[in-house]
Amino acid sequence: MNETGPVLSADGTPLKRSLARALRREKFRAFLLVSPLLIFILVTFIAPIADMLFRSVENNIVQDTIPRTVHVLRGWDPDANDLPPEEAFQALYLDISLAAEMKRHTRLGSRLNYEKSGMASLFRKSGRGVGKFDADIYTDAIEDMDPAWSDPATWAEVFDDADTRAALPVTAGAWAALNDHFASQGKELKKRDLEDYLFAALHLDTRDGAPVDDPGVKAIVAAQAATPFEPLDYQAAFADIDEDWVDPDVWKTIQTYAASYTPGYFLNSADLQLTPAGIEARPENERIYITLFQRTLFMSLMITLSCILLGYPVAWLLANLPARSANVLLIFVLLPFWTSLLVRTSAWKVLLQQQGVINDILVWIGLIDNAGRLVMINNQTGTIIAMTHILLPFMILPLYSVMKTIPPSFLRAAKSLGATNWTAFWRVYFPQSVPGIGAGSILVFILAIGYYITPELVGGTQGVFISNRIAFHISSSLNWGLAAALGTILLAAVLILYWAYDRIVGIDNVKLGG
Amino acid sequence: MSALPPYATTGQRIWHYAFRVICGLIFFFLIAPILIIIPLSFNAEDFFTFTPEMLALSPEGFSLKHYRDFFSSNDWQQALWNSVTIAPMATLLSVGFGTLAAIGLSQPHVPFRRAIMAILISPMIVPLIISAAGMFFFYSRIGLQGTYWGVVLAHAALGIPFVIITVTATLVGFDRSLTRAAANLGADPVTTFFRVQMPLILPGVISGGLFAFITSFDEVVVVLFVGSAGQKTLPWQMFTGLREQISPTILAVATILVALSIVLLATLEVLRRRGERLRGLSPA
Repeated sequence: MNETGPVLSADGTPLKRSLARALRREKFRAFLLVSPLLIFILVTFIAPIADMLFRSVENNIVQDTIPRTVHVLRGWDPDANDLPPEEAFQALYLDISLAAEMKRHTRLGSRLNYEKSGMASLFRKSGRGVGKFDADIYTDAIEDMDPAWSDPATWAEVFDDADTRAALPVTAGAWAALNDHFASQGKELKKRDLEDYLFAALHLDTRDGAPVDDPGVKAIVAAQAATPFEPLDYQAAFADIDEDWVDPDVWKTIQTYAASYTPGYFLNSADLQLTPAGIEARPENERIYITLFQRTLFMSLMITLSCILLGYPVAWLLANLPARSANVLLIFVLLPFWTSLLVRTSAWKVLLQQQGVINDILVWIGLIDNAGRLVMINNQTGTIIAMTHILLPFMILPLYSVMKTIPPSFLRAAKSLGATNWTAFWRVYFPQSVPGIGAGSILVFILAIGYYITPELVGGTQGVFISNRIAFHISSSLNWGLAAALGTILLAAVLILYWAYDRIVGIDNVKLGG
Repeated sequence: MSALPPYATTGQRIWHYAFRVICGLIFFFLIAPILIIIPLSFNAEDFFTFTPEMLALSPEGFSLKHYRDFFSSNDWQQALWNSVTIAPMATLLSVGFGTLAAIGLSQPHVPFRRAIMAILISPMIVPLIISAAGMFFFYSRIGLQGTYWGVVLAHAALGIPFVIITVTATLVGFDRSLTRAAANLGADPVTTFFRVQMPLILPGVISGGLFAFITSFDEVVVVLFVGSAGQKTLPWQMFTGLREQISPTILAVATILVALSIVLLATLEVLRRRGERLRGLSPA
């Protein structure tokens, strides 16, 4: 054996490599045990959160619903304060006709209504209105030339050819969109589904001639070369539906929100608005979110403070009593901790009502008269009282576990050196209990800031949190983008606190039930 | 603190007793709201407060009518059934995945341990409304929204942090030489796991499971969004009842749930003592 060579293990490989391999195998085995859960959490929990983050900026609806209009508007200069060119109105006619066929125009209307009021009704009206345009002149003219055009089979045959599709881009696009829609619904195209807008599109494609071989289309081109069809004034037709269509501001709004991603929802969460002219404050009566965020923070702080005030003496008592009595008293803390949240909230609802137990007792002992019953529910007071009760165990338990480690002899030593009770507490005991206060406060604050159920039930209108607004936007107003943006902001706040908690306490040191 | 020294001044005496009174009041604040609904649930009237008959303790003031309501109403029975079918399945998933991962995490060498831990604990930290919103968006995309399995998966995710925390805490006190001894005596890893490791960490697994169970059983925000009318659970039914102020049947349900939490608390306490005994830490 070479004296200076590497140390070998039993099978002859160098010990260093052998150990490294063993370590690798061990790491791999540990990872293998963790991976099922990691995948599970990634799919059931992290992916939903990522989806929410994505939705807070996603804005494909404009692009998807009126793609042709968006395309034309790209070349339009909004600062000239003119209306967009006639092509924009033609594109809009096709887009809205197709969107109305797929019943998607009202959704776009509601989306744009978040940014400019009146858009929802404008799109609703237009969805109905485009069917009444005078585009039937084209339908009649073309069908008079060859009745075969009224049969979907003819259309399918004509647009089966790639060259024709390239020569008639507008019509081909509309035809393809219509076909896709029917295919996705599992329905078959009938004669009456060939509406005027398809013929109008065919007119737009062929009016200046088109290099096609198809005899049917050639005939249409030839006929128009002889006597052009009477052109339809699309702008005037849209103005007939609603005067708003000749307002440049409406077009500017569409152009501003045509992008696939928008900061609009986040600006909305901060009471701002993305207008064609830049970022502006929202109108006075729509500014609610800053106030709501402030209120959420203020009330969470109040709840945290009340928890410290009520939790500190109790934790002190528990930590300084003999273990046997402390364990009995701990039940008073653990029972609320284990009791259903709904039970505790209903208890407070029962207690705090104007005809409830607390008011009854106060009237009975004569502290207030029957007419002067206190209003303690459906306002901020109700939320703060009920949530302090619900979150108090989360303050007491970490405080208790820190205080248990502070030796009582420190206090006795301080006093024997001449400190008064107060000095001994404030200068010796309190500083050592600060980590417990920190841990409990962050925990309570994190839990309070995102609470939904209790504020919803006892908060009325003045005592609600940002989370109640998120729920409102998901289930009532259906403004999911705004809900996602508000949720993202709240999530960011919580994650910062979580990080702080991890630095101060460590995630591994989270203890449950004492 | 526990005993007042004989040389204490009058001021110290007053403070000593005043402090105890203050603590007593705080304990009263903690426990009274829960206890007060128990007598109220036996109210003979449809009121949320004590009637004069009840205060006089006359038998006419009390009745079991709200309990009869609970056991005869279809809505409540359906809600109870939903809760009873969702929570155990979610618990099973959390405990299964969670225990395996906790064992993995307690190995001496785990790559990215901190990051993995942060991800696994996050369902407990992220506010429920945000989890609910995200799950609503994502589960609608993949067709799980409004289904039994959607709610079960969501609840399992929420219960996992509790399993991870309790089981890793038990594993901290686990003596690794025991598995080596078992291997030395000829046991394969599976036998070692079931015959040596499992019995020792079982109290942790069970208490983690109880936490996961109560998380699912008591959960309302996520089920409100991820579930549909077919998955209406007990807390959901209570939530609707409280919001619309319908009937004091809620108080009867609440009383039953308080009884359930007392049972759970007692079980946990027994498990904790057993765990301490097994690890040779006698209760102080």
